[in-house]
Amino acid sequence: MRKSFLLTAVCLLGIISSYAQADSLMDMLDKTAPPSKKEAVSATFKATRIINGSSVESLGAGVLDFRIDHRFGQLSQGSQNFFGLDDATTRIGLDYGITKWLMVGIGHNTLNKEDDGFAKVKLLSQRKEGMPISLSYFGNISIQTTPAPTLPTGDTWEYSNRLYFTNQVLIARKFNDWLSLQLMPTIVHYNLVDSNKSDNNTFAIGIGGRIKVSRRIAITGEYYYRLNNTDMLYNGSKTYNSASIGIDIETGGHVFQLMLTNAPGMTERTFIGQTTDSWAKGDLHFGFNISRVFTVVKPKEFR
Amino acid sequence: MKKLLLTLVCAIGLSTSLFAQTYMTRTGKISFNATAAHSPEKIEAINNEVANIVDGKTGNIVFQVPVKSFKFERELMQEHFNENYMESDKYPKAEFKGAISNLSAVTFTKDGTYNVSVAGKLTMHGVTNEVNVPGTITVKGNKITLKAKFATKLADYKIAVPSVVADKIGKEAIIILESDLTQK
Repeated sequence: MRKSFLLTAVCLLGIISSYAQADSLMDMLDKTAPPSKKEAVSATFKATRIINGSSVESLGAGVLDFRIDHRFGQLSQGSQNFFGLDDATTRIGLDYGITKWLMVGIGHNTLNKEDDGFAKVKLLSQRKEGMPISLSYFGNISIQTTPAPTLPTGDTWEYSNRLYFTNQVLIARKFNDWLSLQLMPTIVHYNLVDSNKSDNNTFAIGIGGRIKVSRRIAITGEYYYRLNNTDMLYNGSKTYNSASIGIDIETGGHVFQLMLTNAPGMTERTFIGQTTDSWAKGDLHFGFNISRVFTVVKPKEFR
Repeated sequence: MKKLLLTLVCAIGLSTSLFAQTYMTRTGKISFNATAAHSPEKIEAINNEVANIVDGKTGNIVFQVPVKSFKFERELMQEHFNENYMESDKYPKAEFKGAISNLSAVTFTKDGTYNVSVAGKLTMHGVTNEVNVPGTITVKGNKITLKAKFATKLADYKIAVPSVVADKIGKEAIIILESDLTQK
């Protein structure tokens, strides 16, 4: 008797639920939802560079980025040189996302006629639950292509003198909607340094971050602190740690970055170890990064 | 004997009432196009992860759309869509709850294409509006296909378009829906 009562109850329940309202259908969707994939945190930074150095952000697969990075002369040059706007160093570069975890790029710098090439590999992605950080490896090689200096007869200017290597680990966390921070332990190897008192390897730790002030504007900062070689000279001049502050502005499909920095160079070897201008003396450079992205390989939904 | 009869009735009751005529999918497709008239680039996206239930008995229809599953041709656009326009961390899902207004026009047991009108509440970006959408339901065996195309004003859902991109993003989005559902 009890059993048949139970059965009837189940029956009734079944019939009732068939007249379910839209709300219960919505519940049905919620209940049958597959366990959510641990969602990756997006937009830790707005661009692939924080200011001079790299951020953990990568280009998507099949995306080509044409970049023009520009640093004017020192503001301290005064009105004679239109506060530095008469002088400039430029990097023209092409970056490409091969997969969503591997990005490469090449560039040419007017400073020292330097050519550079890099690879950035995404190793960890911060997740909403679980993984608390994003981690990428960044490595680059750059070649100074200025003419060889005149040497006494018998001496040869080795090609390897022109080479520089950078290895970096980028560790970032987006703490919330508006705050992201990044640490960058870095080794820059200089095949040639000014004097034998300097180590060929400069160890540095970079710290960078962004504070979003509105949906489209963020304030950025980046500082590289050298752990050794702080007395390294460059072309006979004293060198300083590079510090930069900037603004990221999103204009539709682009990110426009404006900055004030004491580093006129845009390769790691120049801004980390060979920055000869100082904030204290007001040797600041105004600059901007412009990037224009093109989708070369369309996502499968659009093929 | 009595028990058996009861079980039988129950089984029939359950199968016809609970399971029959409820159609469901998790791979429905919604695409939208919000390109302005003379825009140099297309503002469009596709979502293949739309969850949808149609109750053939009551005519009730629900949709759940995970906003982050919209794929754009340009990844940067996708990021901006989520960050600046839809604020999908705050509003991860768009939902529709409604019903077929002319249910009698559809015979779920007979193959064919039926014109329907669906009325209900569409919620996205945290804003709910009453909508009335014409569409078709095609019945084929135990499968049905829902199709609809309608325009939505972005301002109705408090999706702000800054003036710098007003030449690219239109004031309206054309939403195209196609969902293949299977009887549960």
